[in-house]
Amino acid sequence: MFADIHTFFTTNWLGIAILILLQCLAVTVPLLLAVAYMTYADRKIWASIQLRRGPNVVGPFGLLQPMADGLKLVLKETIIPSSANGILFVIAPMIAFMTALVAWAVVPFDNGWVIADINVGILYLFAISSLGVYGIIIAGWASNSKYAFLGALRSAAQMVSYEVSIGFVLVTVLLCVGSLNLSKVVLAQSGWFWNWFWLPLLPMFVIFFISALAETNRTPFDLPMSEAELVAGFHTEYSAMTFGLFFLGEYANMILLSALGAVLFLGGWHSPIPYAPFTLVPGVIWFALKIAFLLFIFSWTKGTLPRYRYDQLMRLGWKVFLPVSLAWVVLTAAVLQFGGWLPKP
Amino acid sequence: MEALLREYLPILIFLGLAFGLVCAMLGGSYLIARQNPNSEKLSPFECGFAPFDDARGQFDVRFYLVAILFIIFDLEVAFLFPWAVALGDIGLFGFWSMMLFLGVLTVGFIYEWRKGALEWE
Repeated sequence: MFADIHTFFTTNWLGIAILILLQCLAVTVPLLLAVAYMTYADRKIWASIQLRRGPNVVGPFGLLQPMADGLKLVLKETIIPSSANGILFVIAPMIAFMTALVAWAVVPFDNGWVIADINVGILYLFAISSLGVYGIIIAGWASNSKYAFLGALRSAAQMVSYEVSIGFVLVTVLLCVGSLNLSKVVLAQSGWFWNWFWLPLLPMFVIFFISALAETNRTPFDLPMSEAELVAGFHTEYSAMTFGLFFLGEYANMILLSALGAVLFLGGWHSPIPYAPFTLVPGVIWFALKIAFLLFIFSWTKGTLPRYRYDQLMRLGWKVFLPVSLAWVVLTAAVLQFGGWLPKP
Repeated sequence: MEALLREYLPILIFLGLAFGLVCAMLGGSYLIARQNPNSEKLSPFECGFAPFDDARGQFDVRFYLVAILFIIFDLEVAFLFPWAVALGDIGLFGFWSMMLFLGVLTVGFIYEWRKGALEWE
């Protein structure tokens, strides 16, 4: 009986497809829950920073607030402006959310816990995160509203600018690992926490994190949605679930970039101290803790820093991060090449 | 080939799942909520008054310039990816070839900088 089930799920194509679908669901459902409670954690952290209480009415400690917010979004009217391009207008949030979700296919949660263990994982993530720009620029164009259009332009320019430095940061990590597979990136960082790449590549870790803030349009780089000038940026015209998808996608992207930061620089599923009480904790919990730590810094920055000016933002991206990360690529390559530390395949 | 396709099958299935989820969320919201549009609701937002003209007018050429610069540097990164992975194999020759390539691109970058393509205002 059990042997039959086992052969069905490992050899029959239908069985394999069902198994993969279940794996995808096992990632998607916790991710959506994480997104919901990330919004709650965000609001609680900002409230604490500003000496307020934050959401505390719906449910115990306000814990049901994200559910109430989600329900409210679902029950609102879906408005498609008469001057908008209807089909593109609806497709844009779909792209934004789908790219944020599908990118999770290559993220390793523990040793071997990955949906698609492809050997070009980092390239795949880089490609998918580039596609996310389409959702925003299509939204701005299709809305046919001035605020949305300007917000989309700003957002797209900002995202592509910082994507370049993220690319160079990824290259420095690749040089140290010698593989594009994310599981191998994590395995290359085994041992004590000072073996993780955050220490040898510290400037790159800082650049990565700040670029991640800019990629996800978070404060201090939330210019595309600076409400004083652009109302709500590229999603000014969106309502109900079309807006909800942008919102979910943005938070999913934030968690994704934190996960990427944890994989590339904080040793993924490894415990900080490679001895008994710490190694007994499952890797997925360490991974979640590291993501939570990075997400906390996301909220902390939002609660602390004022907004940048757009010219400052572009100057930081093109005149500081780009040259520094490019120089660091050359430096890393030279040190590895002439120090004889290159990873041999 | 078969094994390669098998590796990417999960991504295809995940994409299908994501698409189904998105359609269910949008469709569900559309069906559950009461839809009651009128011409005021459907006009583009412009601080309370009727929109002056079409939104698709001229925009600052710098956005276009940023997009072009992005293509150059993103391609550069795309070239660096395989090089970074294979550096252990290709040795000193590979290392200096890429340094030459990066040197040429750096000259271009300095030119852009001096020309003011990176200035914003």
